[in-house]
Amino acid sequence: MTSARASAAKLSVKASTGIAGFDEITGGGLPRGRTTLLVGGPGSGKTIFGLQFLVHGAQECREPGIFVAFEESSPRIVANAESFGWNLAALQKKKLYFMDAQPLADLVQSGDFDLCGLLAALDAKSRELGARRIVFDALDVVLALLPDPALKRREIYRLHEWLLARELTGIITLKAGGDETMSLSQQPFGFMQFMVDCAVMLNHSVVLGVSQRSLRVQKYRGSGFDENESAFLIGNRGFEVAVAHTQSRMDATVSNERVSSGVERLDTMLGGGYYRGASVLITGFSGTAKTTLSGAFAEAACRRGEHTMFVCFDTNSTEVIRNLRSVGIRLDRYVKNGSLRMISSRAITGSAETYLVRIKALAMEHGARCVVIDPVSAWSKSGNDLSTQSVADRLIDWSKGEGTTLVCTSLLDEMSGQGEGGSQLQISALVDTWIHLNYLIQAGERNRGLSIVKSRGTAHSNQVRELILSDAGVTLTDTYTAGGEVLMGTLRWEKERAERVATEATDAAAKLKRLRLDAEEAELEVRVKSLQTELVAKQVEKALLVRTTQSHEGELSRGRTQMQELRGADATTAVRKATPP
Amino acid sequence: MSQRGIFRFRLYVAGEAPNSTLAIANLAAFCRAYLPDRYEIEIVDVFREPKRALADSIFMTPTLVVRTPPPARKIVGTLSQTQTVLLALGLVSDVG
Repeated sequence: MTSARASAAKLSVKASTGIAGFDEITGGGLPRGRTTLLVGGPGSGKTIFGLQFLVHGAQECREPGIFVAFEESSPRIVANAESFGWNLAALQKKKLYFMDAQPLADLVQSGDFDLCGLLAALDAKSRELGARRIVFDALDVVLALLPDPALKRREIYRLHEWLLARELTGIITLKAGGDETMSLSQQPFGFMQFMVDCAVMLNHSVVLGVSQRSLRVQKYRGSGFDENESAFLIGNRGFEVAVAHTQSRMDATVSNERVSSGVERLDTMLGGGYYRGASVLITGFSGTAKTTLSGAFAEAACRRGEHTMFVCFDTNSTEVIRNLRSVGIRLDRYVKNGSLRMISSRAITGSAETYLVRIKALAMEHGARCVVIDPVSAWSKSGNDLSTQSVADRLIDWSKGEGTTLVCTSLLDEMSGQGEGGSQLQISALVDTWIHLNYLIQAGERNRGLSIVKSRGTAHSNQVRELILSDAGVTLTDTYTAGGEVLMGTLRWEKERAERVATEATDAAAKLKRLRLDAEEAELEVRVKSLQTELVAKQVEKALLVRTTQSHEGELSRGRTQMQELRGADATTAVRKATPP
Repeated sequence: MSQRGIFRFRLYVAGEAPNSTLAIANLAAFCRAYLPDRYEIEIVDVFREPKRALADSIFMTPTLVVRTPPPARKIVGTLSQTQTVLLALGLVSDVG
């Protein structure tokens, strides 16, 4: 009981596998001190999985390991593993031991046997090495020699008990016939799944001519795990398991920094440009200048001195450079100075998973802060929709996690009509900014229109603009909206010219009127002046008149008095006295 | 059976395991029956001497190593099928 409790406590500790993605699925790795069953068909990567587990243990976790090779000889395994860059030769001295346990081809067998010899030898070796990890590769090879199922079962239990007793973290790999992992429990070693603490299925299938590998954790005692099938890849650094939406990735730090889209007016439309670390989708039919727009972004990034990667699926990188030069986007110099890396890859071979891993690796190697993928829809050619969909999801997750600004273009199907159909990969829901390009056919012309369908967290213009490509570069122009109609190209130009002429005419008319008014005003002013002068003259005249009148009257009265005086006094008074009655 | 060469056997066993005990008994009976006075048997317990088992690449027990006459051969199992053992040792030219 105590030992059981002790080992249960140990179970919470997991042995990291060093396999990107696998540790995330299982929450830390394989159950420490327990046995894991690894089942897969031929070429599904069982040996590499096991080997990577040991190499990681020896290199990073100070856990020496033993590899028991029942099928391939150890020099061959070492040679095959060379390509992954694991320094097996150095590890082999102290931390990693390969035991060749292949049954000889000319082995004579007579009667029953068991694996005690192997376990005794392993005991000695693991003590010497201080081994913590052990891999039994292709156990089925040796079990096949045992004549009946009961004996096979006995040996498996013997092995399992030995592993548990020594608290070694073990992997046992077994071949599974075909892809029917579901019917595994009916297979000869099916009962092993019930015995072990962890079981992992590796699957290698071909979907629509494209090879796809996937992995599924079938059971994991005492631990939660991602139960879904996850795509994986054997890349040039070993296993890489694709994990969708892990918590750590989703909580990536966001930036408020803006980066230029490479087109000045587009930046204005977006309220300053794309956000750093945002993912941008440019959709449109072929020839709507998707590549040009993404090229402009790449050029702007290089001008800022940021390392940029341009992945083109449809055309050669040299062609892209040449074509973009015609619209004033000069990428060649940045390729020369090393800030831009062009990668061209035809989307014919390999699964979408392969592309994602390759792009991730290359971007990491280049230290890219901006990545352009032109077009991401090329992926939908490879493999089934579901897997490419999840690859696109993970591409966006990855770029967000890394803080890489990602610009993807997506080709729309001509047959899907002129509507603003969503992109084939349905990644429009995930991206931060979606720019749609389309053609507007009017008056015998085909003009490019640009509109921002969405842009998260940024104020953006709601207007459709006309995208103009010229030797000088890419520019956006306001479209002409008149009478509920959007005008582009020549029509817009004509309308603009007509407007200009009309403005000039009204300007001239206004000027003329002003002049005329000025003249009238001046005339009036003159008249006012002359009237004022006249007024003054009249006033003078009037004053003069008053004065002369007064003096005349004075003269008269004086004269009359004089006359009265001359005629005799009081005459006048007498007259006055007589009149009242 | 023409030349009187000596057969040197080394039998790897796993302690007291039933099939190992059976192999020891079978080998002894076989030698007495087919190789009277021209055999040597060395018994190695893999639990006591695991390094020797490792050096000889013994992974399954019981395993009989035929050291002489050459070529060196290994016979795995309890040696219960006499015909197989005879054939492996070249004591019969063909199975009848």
